[in-house]
Amino acid sequence: MAYDYKRFAYVPPPGLSMSEPRHKAIIVGAGPVGLAMALELANRGVASVLLDDSDVVSTGSRAMCWSKRSLELFDRLGIADKVLQMGMSWSVGRVCHGDDEIFSFDLAAEPGHRMPPFVNLQQYHVEQLLAERALAEPQIDLRFRNRVTGLDQDDAGAHVTVRTPDGTYGLSADYLIACDGARSTIRAMLDLDFEGDLFEERFLIADIEMEADFPPERWFWFQPSFHDGQSALLHRQADNIYRIDLQLGPHADPGHECKPETVIPRIEKVVGPDFELDWVSIFSFQCRRLRDFVHGRVIFAGDSAHVVAPFGARGGNSGLQDVDNLGWKLAAVLHGDAPASLIDSYNRERVQAADENLLHSSRATRFITPANGAERLFRDQVLALARKAPFARGWVNAGRLSTPCIYATSAPDDARLPEISCPGAVAPDAPQGEGWLLTALGRGVVLLAVNCEPPTGLDLPVLVAEVNDLVAERYLGRAGRALYLVRPDQVIAARWVEADARQIRKALAALWEGRP
Amino acid sequence: MTLIDTPNLDDPDGFLAELLAAHRGLTESQSHALNAQLILILANHIGDRAVLRAALDLARKV
Repeated sequence: MAYDYKRFAYVPPPGLSMSEPRHKAIIVGAGPVGLAMALELANRGVASVLLDDSDVVSTGSRAMCWSKRSLELFDRLGIADKVLQMGMSWSVGRVCHGDDEIFSFDLAAEPGHRMPPFVNLQQYHVEQLLAERALAEPQIDLRFRNRVTGLDQDDAGAHVTVRTPDGTYGLSADYLIACDGARSTIRAMLDLDFEGDLFEERFLIADIEMEADFPPERWFWFQPSFHDGQSALLHRQADNIYRIDLQLGPHADPGHECKPETVIPRIEKVVGPDFELDWVSIFSFQCRRLRDFVHGRVIFAGDSAHVVAPFGARGGNSGLQDVDNLGWKLAAVLHGDAPASLIDSYNRERVQAADENLLHSSRATRFITPANGAERLFRDQVLALARKAPFARGWVNAGRLSTPCIYATSAPDDARLPEISCPGAVAPDAPQGEGWLLTALGRGVVLLAVNCEPPTGLDLPVLVAEVNDLVAERYLGRAGRALYLVRPDQVIAARWVEADARQIRKALAALWEGRP
Repeated sequence: MTLIDTPNLDDPDGFLAELLAAHRGLTESQSHALNAQLILILANHIGDRAVLRAALDLARKV
């Protein structure tokens, strides 16, 4: 069924009648990234004011394909069970050329993770779940219909002017986090521009409701007969709502293409006549980012900092990974547990991640919409070869799906330990008794001891792993024992086969200072 | 491995004849497609990015 939009209550903020105390953090934009940011900070004992100029969740499915890492974050924020229950879990992708399937892949081939590779759930559902949590959280002051109209900052904090239906007021905080999306007002107020590529190709993105029995799989077509030789993508979402992306070419007229009398016949060719059109939008893609995500006391996260083409589910998921990276750092700085330099490491690491996402999504966009000449020739011949040679299937790029970035670091490492758990990577999950390793690691710094006793004299929580086959495969490799220093965002900070307390203390100091 | 740019194939005349025979009867665009597939197949077979980069450089050299 189509989504029943309900308005959130606007409450006149205290700042209209009196001067408000200085806040720790102001978050601008209550989309998935802003809401997750507020909840993550609240988890870490930081109160925030979350401002949104609207009072409803997003229109249309938008970001709808949530990765394993996002699901792990959702678990920390308390909505993962509902997301899993409402959404469509999938792991199989099918790639077609013309009307033939040329290959399929299964991302769940590797067992022993609590979360599935991907769950499809419309952005409005995710926002609703997060907003309900945020409204119930005493440390979050969520204010709807509060639009930021002015911004100022000095060495100690950021100051905003906010317009409400009842007038204008001022607000100050130590930090402001701009989560206000691709058309960020905060970005415009700081006069900052994106750098990168714009693609001229236009795509139609639609949500349709239908009683059908399409499996929960990702279907991608290159040059299908039902869509005039262009490309098409189909995802099943919750509530019998399907998401269709259709390539329209660079010369499509958005005004014309958005009209139901144009859209409906196009979609009929894909799925037949029995559907209701729920939402439609015309996009052209960008692969661009801000040069820096941290500007004094103003920090950008999500689409306000970087925008990618959607093939690969790297938009919403990378925004949530920004939250994962920034949350513990900002909380530690605000609590006085870490120097401000830790926030610079957010910039360094998430710029690296954004560049990786931009590279993958630009390459996918080029493969999906090749320019005439050599680009189209090679694209078409990769597809032709994929029908007859196994190697070429891996060359077909219908979007490389989001995985967490492995942050560049020169932290202690040992070549005998497996690649999958190298410093800079998110700690891989594995079963632990009745539960899971990622749950056991928790939300703070921890020293994970695998098949050994940790050195004494350390003032640090220790988790002694239950060693099973998957733990041995993901954490021991060719070594008989190992120690892993794990950050609060569950990224491996450093690892050793053997280490004394002094070496671990040194790596711990680097962790809190945000040194690479 | 480095790119071999000295004689390495027995009977180059024979190979060229085979290559041209493969193109016989093809239109220009079919020939382009065959060449593209050949490059992709051979690149995968070589499987060494440094060698392929050297080959690209050599091909681009005027």
